[in-house]
Order: sequence, then structure tokens, then C-alpha cells
Amino acid sequence: MLTDITLGQYFPGNSIIHRLDPRIKIFITLLFFGGIFLAGNYSSYGLLILFSGFIISKAGVPIKHIARSIKPLWLLILLTVSVHIFSTPGTVILNIGPLTATMEGLQQALFMTVRLVLLIIIASILTLTTSPLVLTDGVEHLLSPFRRIGLPAHEIAMMMTIALRFIPTLLEETDRIMKAQTARGADFIHGNILQRVKNMVPLLVPLFISAFRRADELAVAMEARCYRGGENRTRMKELKYHMRDWLAFVVALIVIACVGGLRWVAN
Amino acid sequence: MEELIKTVNLGHSYVGPDGEIVTALKDITLTIHSGEFVAIIGTNGSGKSTLAKHFNGLLQPTAGQCLVNGHPTDSETYLWQIRQTVGMVFQNPDNQLVAAVVEEDVAFGPENLGVEPSEIVRRVDEALQLVDMTEYRLHPPHRLSGGQKQRIAIAGMLAMRPKCLVLDEPTAMLDPVGRKEVLKTVQNLNEKGMTIVYITHAMEEAVYAHRVVVVNQGSLALQGTPVEVFSQVERLKTLGLDVPVAADVAWRLREKGLSLPDTIITNKELAEALCP
Repeated sequence: MLTDITLGQYFPGNSIIHRLDPRIKIFITLLFFGGIFLAGNYSSYGLLILFSGFIISKAGVPIKHIARSIKPLWLLILLTVSVHIFSTPGTVILNIGPLTATMEGLQQALFMTVRLVLLIIIASILTLTTSPLVLTDGVEHLLSPFRRIGLPAHEIAMMMTIALRFIPTLLEETDRIMKAQTARGADFIHGNILQRVKNMVPLLVPLFISAFRRADELAVAMEARCYRGGENRTRMKELKYHMRDWLAFVVALIVIACVGGLRWVAN
Repeated sequence: MEELIKTVNLGHSYVGPDGEIVTALKDITLTIHSGEFVAIIGTNGSGKSTLAKHFNGLLQPTAGQCLVNGHPTDSETYLWQIRQTVGMVFQNPDNQLVAAVVEEDVAFGPENLGVEPSEIVRRVDEALQLVDMTEYRLHPPHRLSGGQKQRIAIAGMLAMRPKCLVLDEPTAMLDPVGRKEVLKTVQNLNEKGMTIVYITHAMEEAVYAHRVVVVNQGSLALQGTPVEVFSQVERLKTLGLDVPVAADVAWRLREKGLSLPDTIITNKELAEALCP
């Protein structure tokens, strides 16, 4: 259960999406998010679905990896759907006790679901096709103009890199400690919520201690490898915009403009 | 032979948790020459890791001096040059890998040194080849075995083009297969001219060194070729150290009156002496 998180789980590959500049990918992701909130009718959502289908087909990431990122959110989706079905006024199609489902509610629920799913898919394609280090490199570049007002861009990027690197390691460790404590009679499953939170203490204490120890050792190892902050540092893969990056950006811009256009036409 | 690392009456003490002064190392004079394979052995808490951390300036001596290539490790001017000359690999492979992809981790060192991008790529290729991990260059480290992770950590150091590698119990957390991989890699590197300082408490590994240095309670207790050191079975036992199984068996057999040479330290030598 603990290894289900795909966020930050880079899927190595060499597709066109993998090779796009991370800054462009971040821009396109943000653009797409804008598009999602701009869309308001079947045709605009249809276009967005087509566009994300196109991106998925080009990304070369197995569909089950992408689907896995949606799984943890099914509860949220279910909740949103039910709220929308039953709370939107309009043509009544069904009465369950005090609740009334409407045609408009059904449509709203459908749109909301599509919105949520698309958001997650696009965000996870960004993290699946961009190695965390390249991604943070992109973030560092995008943040660097703010360095002048005192934003520690390099430090933020380094912290993100290390956090991403250690997520799987700490998850494995959590799993190990959980098993060790279960073997000694700890119970993480039963009891009410208060009891369960209390039962987490024997899990969290060793986890934190070990995380601090790791941090200490990592700092020494980084120093041994001549790390001394962002100054005078070079990168193996320097970020350079290629023709394909501009092309991708233009395509995304056109698609999102069409999404906006379709909505405007419908109104 | 050229002197690479030299300690002169090196001592290290620090203030312990209760305010008392703890002497971790005292009066250590040791020279490591270019191209050598030196094993440093000692019990837990003998100070062998503390000594190793002086070799690249992670710790500074509180008495005496530690020189790398003739430069003192406590001088700010040479610190980064020294850390580049003397690479260090630690015990826990998980806690020294920075990046989520193998090749990017190997590139971390040269990136810190400000090496040109095209040159970094060349160094990463070369380093991965030296540890025989080229096919894993795009793998995430957490999918690798312990031995493989440790080889990546070695590659990360090699990419900085050091003259010497200090390995602080690199096999302590590995399974037997991983231990063999790492030891083999280290031996290969030494054959190619890399100076190796190998800290261990696995005596079977120390046997492969040119010179064995025994640290006990913060001082140098013994040093010499593996044969010279491991033939002193009784002395090592009083220091609380194991001896390689073959040396131990040979010693016991000698005690029982069998005439065996006291130069036996590997299983092969023992087998040959018993069944000529």
C-alpha cells in the first residue's frame, strides 16, 4: 500500500515528452491547468481529453502507471460527484429521500470528474516523464529571477531533489519499522481513530530518528563530494530550448486558445 | 614512491556529552604512498573511522598535522583541492546518493567542481565503466542492490578524478554477494593505479591489501604486510580483533603440534599447506 504513490516516481524513457525542456513542460502544465478551468462545455472538455490522450500516447509511459496516480483520489472524486449531482438545481430525474438528483447536476458531476482526472493525469505525466533532478533544475531556472529579492532558488531546488530522492527510501523504512513493531505486538489497524493515532507513535519516533541520522550522513557525504552551494556549480545537462520545445509550446497554446474559443462560442 | 597522505603525531579529541574530554586519536604518524592499498583495521570505537575522516578534511586534527600532497588539511585554501584528491565512500550506500537517477548522481561531484558539461558526460561514462555499472545509468538508485549502490557511490567519487579513495567500511551493510562486488571493484581500481585506503573489520578483506594498519584505542598498534600482521594471532586476539579464519585454523593446528608455516592467511594457502 505504501509503494502506491507515483508522484515523484520518474519513469525513465526517451520519448518526445521525456526530451522536452522541463521549463516548457512546466509552462504547458500550467497552461493546461488554465485550460481545464476555462473549459465549460462538452466540446471544450472533449478537446482537452483528446489533447491529453495525444500527450499520453506520445509519452511512452504505460497507461497503468498513469492510472495508478488516480487511484488514491477516487474517494475525493466520489464525494465531488455526489455533492454535484444532488446540490445542483434543475430538471429532477431522481428522488432519494430528501435528496434530489438533477440532469444539470449529473452534467456538472461529469465535468468535475473530468476536471479532476485531467488535472491529476497531466500533473503525473509531468513527474513521470521528467526526472526529479531535471524537474527541480527547471524550477530553479524559473525561480532564479526572484533571487534578486532574496529567494534562495538553488537551495529550494536542492531540498526538493533530496526530498524526492528519499521518498522511496523512507517509505521502505516505514514499511520495515511497521513490520518490526507489528512483530512485537503493535497494532496499526484496529481501534478508533484516537487509539490509532496513539499507536503511530512507535512508528514515528524511530522513523524521525533515522531520518535525522540519514540527513546528517548525507550532509557529510555531500561535503566530501565538494558540495558548497549553488555558486560556480555547473550542470551535466544544461537546459537549452530546442525547436521542439517552441513547437510544443505553440501547439499547447493553440489547443488551449481553442478550448477558450469553444467556450466563448457556446455562450 | 610518492607520499600522498601523511599524518604527523595526529591527535583528535572532542568534548563529550558530559563535558569530559574524549581522546579519539593520539599520536598517529602514518604515511600512505601513491598506488598503495592500505587496510585499516580495528574494533568498534577504535578510532579508525575518525582517522579516515581526517584524510579529506572532514575532521581537523586537534594535535599534530595531516598533510595531503604536502598541503595541511586544516587550511581553507586547499580544502576543496584536498577533497577532490581524496575521495571518500561511506558505510551506508543509501545515505550518500543524492540524485534519483544513477548518472545524475555520478555527475554530482564534477558539477560541484564546476566542470564543463561535455567533460562531465565523459567523466560519468568513464566512472560508470570503471565500476562496471554502465547499463544501469538511467536506473533509480532505490531499485539497485546494496553492492550496486555502493559501486555507484564509488563511481560518484571517481568522476571527481581523485588520486586516492578512502572507503569507510563500505561492505558492512552488504550481503556476501555485494561484499565481493565491492571488493573486486576496489581491487580493480588499485590495479589501475588508484591509491586505496580500506577501513574494515572484516579481516578476510584486509588480507588483499598491501599493508595492514591496526588501530587500537586511538593509537597505531601494529602495521605491516598482511602476512606480518595476521601471523601475530595472539597479539591480535588480545587487541580484541579476529584473524582470518585460515590464519586462526593454522595457528590452532600449530598449537596442537602440526608443523605449518606461520605465513598462512588465506583459505587457499591453508588448503595447499594441508594437502600439498
